[in-house]
Amino acid sequence: MTDGPDFSHARLPLWRAAFVIARRDFGAVLFSKAFLFFLLGPIFFLAISGGAGLLGAKAAESQQNPALALVLDTAQSDAFVAAHRRLSNLTRLPDIVVPVAGESNDPRALLEDDKRNIAAVLTGSLAAPKLIGPEDRIERWKGNVALIAASARGDTLNYPDVALESTATSVANKRSANAAIATASLTLLFMLTMLLAGMVLSNLVEEKGNKIIEVLAAAIPMDAVFVGKLFAMLAISFVGIALWGSVAGALLFLGRDAIESVPTPSVGWPLFALLFLVYFAMAYLLIGSIFLAVGSLAPTVRDVQTISMPATILQLLIFFLATYAITDTGSPIEIAAVIFPLSSPYAMLGRAAQEPALWPHLVAIAWQILATALFVRAGANLFRKRVMKSGPQGAKRNWKPFWKKAA
Amino acid sequence: MDKPLSEQARLSNDLPDSRVLAIEARGLVKRFEGTLAVDGVDLSVPEGAIYGILGPNGAGKTTTLRMLLGIIDPDEGVRRVFGNERPHDIARLIGYLPEERGLYPSMKCDEAIGFLGALRGLALAEGKRRGRELLEKHGLGYAADRQIRQLSKGMAQTVQLLGTLVHKPRLVVLDEPFSGLDAINQGKLEQMIRDLAAEGTTVIFSTHVIAHAERLCEGVAIIAGGKVPYAGSVDTARDRIPAQVRLETRSRGGRWRDALPADTRAEGDYWLFSLPESGVEPLLRALIEGEAGIQSLSIERAGLHDAFVHIAGEAAALALEEDKRMENGQ
Repeated sequence: MTDGPDFSHARLPLWRAAFVIARRDFGAVLFSKAFLFFLLGPIFFLAISGGAGLLGAKAAESQQNPALALVLDTAQSDAFVAAHRRLSNLTRLPDIVVPVAGESNDPRALLEDDKRNIAAVLTGSLAAPKLIGPEDRIERWKGNVALIAASARGDTLNYPDVALESTATSVANKRSANAAIATASLTLLFMLTMLLAGMVLSNLVEEKGNKIIEVLAAAIPMDAVFVGKLFAMLAISFVGIALWGSVAGALLFLGRDAIESVPTPSVGWPLFALLFLVYFAMAYLLIGSIFLAVGSLAPTVRDVQTISMPATILQLLIFFLATYAITDTGSPIEIAAVIFPLSSPYAMLGRAAQEPALWPHLVAIAWQILATALFVRAGANLFRKRVMKSGPQGAKRNWKPFWKKAA
Repeated sequence: MDKPLSEQARLSNDLPDSRVLAIEARGLVKRFEGTLAVDGVDLSVPEGAIYGILGPNGAGKTTTLRMLLGIIDPDEGVRRVFGNERPHDIARLIGYLPEERGLYPSMKCDEAIGFLGALRGLALAEGKRRGRELLEKHGLGYAADRQIRQLSKGMAQTVQLLGTLVHKPRLVVLDEPFSGLDAINQGKLEQMIRDLAAEGTTVIFSTHVIAHAERLCEGVAIIAGGKVPYAGSVDTARDRIPAQVRLETRSRGGRWRDALPADTRAEGDYWLFSLPESGVEPLLRALIEGEAGIQSLSIERAGLHDAFVHIAGEAAALALEEDKRMENGQ
């Protein structure tokens, strides 16, 4: 019989080691003041995200002008187009679309044609024009339409009355609304991620301050420490999201009549909410793993703040890249934002708001999981190679004179 | 063909027995940004032994221990703990107290011990239960529900040590465990180490205080400047210096003085010299025949301190003293 020890179950599996770390961190953060601030954060975030959403809608409008479709007889249509051309030198007017022969003349079909960006349809006649489209849009455009119609008739003194027929929405409105959803959700994602990455960094700084990091590194692989820390904070954020979600759900229930006109993202609200959670988790895990690596490399707590500055700037650049990219789905820059791991969750969330296809999300999520694993592994390796260099600060001694003497 | 690692380690470490090795290391090298921190360290620690790594601060003790534990990997060389080259794979068998002690300040004592046990695979609830038992056993039962931040430094250190032992490891690694403890707590820690060894646990600790190693250790590695000029039993280290003879005579002169060895020096009423290789009997005969008038004669075996000076050199011994003075000053 051997005198050696029993090696069976001599090591915690990685997931259990990570769980030990995550359980400790989760409990410690949940019952800390930091969590209260975390819960208050969304009040500010929602305001900022809402503002960003409005900017996104404006940006989407300027990217692709919403157009006015003409369903008039040929002569009147030609006269309207000519007048539009004359006046567009003097004032800003919507683009004009004239359905060609064989195309549908049905105003509702034109408004739902997602190949074009038609915001309203003009029908009737130049003397009695009728504007069909979403209420806010036709209200804004009726003055211009009356002006052009009067000019087309050659009677600029008598503006015709423009009859209005409102519809629920139009392709242009939907696009604009989807862009707003994309920008608002992307901003919310960025804010949450930034807050969480900051919290995970503080957590590691605390660990360095407590000098417990060496105990952890001796007992379990650093990968497990990093994974545990990342998932603890993720779990904390899900607690926060559950709380905020409950409050938001209650508010939405109370104001359900008012929100009937809220546009739907391209993949639908339930799937969009799910994708938001997934991309939030991925965005946080990706940037959090970088923050952890940065934090663990810093020799002192003070250095953590200095070293984390480039990571924060990187995060901002990613946000700007993704915000810029979502206004032009399918463009090279948008595809680059989708492929680059750190911007991928943001860019893909933007896609979820604007494009119905689901398979790109599966590919992107797989890619982001792989990138997270690589980042965590690289961070843990860096830590092992560069951090545990010596005993306490100041313990270094110059041994050259000693060896000379000894010799 | 190379000999098996354990055999080479035994040869290089002057081991007197054939017990299973808890730790074996050969040719460990570690560089940090081009600086050689550890330079070819060989070690072998048999199971159940108390083993000391003795050297001044900055000599490479902590880096060596970190390599043995797998916290960092050596640039060159091989290390095995219970025959395993990846210490994390047998983390449950090891307990480690780092030199820089650290616990979460907001944790209660029993929670802290339970958490340290959980890191080594013990169920949290069981760890807390054992933690309370250990605290009780070491006179700290009253503090089980106190937060770490409410404890004195010595108490916190004890709690961390109990957390190191809570999962009943087979190997306990302590980095400068006596540092920062008062004399009473140092004595208690020495007893704890002896108790662990009596139960069959291997204990390896680093220290810059020779007295601790001398009182406790069966084997030592003397380390200075990243090198290990000696690793082996304490007895063998002491035997490297001949025993010192202390002779007191009534007469101060005479032909008998020709019989004294060449290294004899006078110190007050005494003559001090190394024990001759031929033993003390021929000298005694010459002293009696020369009527030196022997008042007293004692043969004193060299201490570990003398062995350290002999092996590592005067400079390393001075550095060791300096570290001790600094710690006492702190």
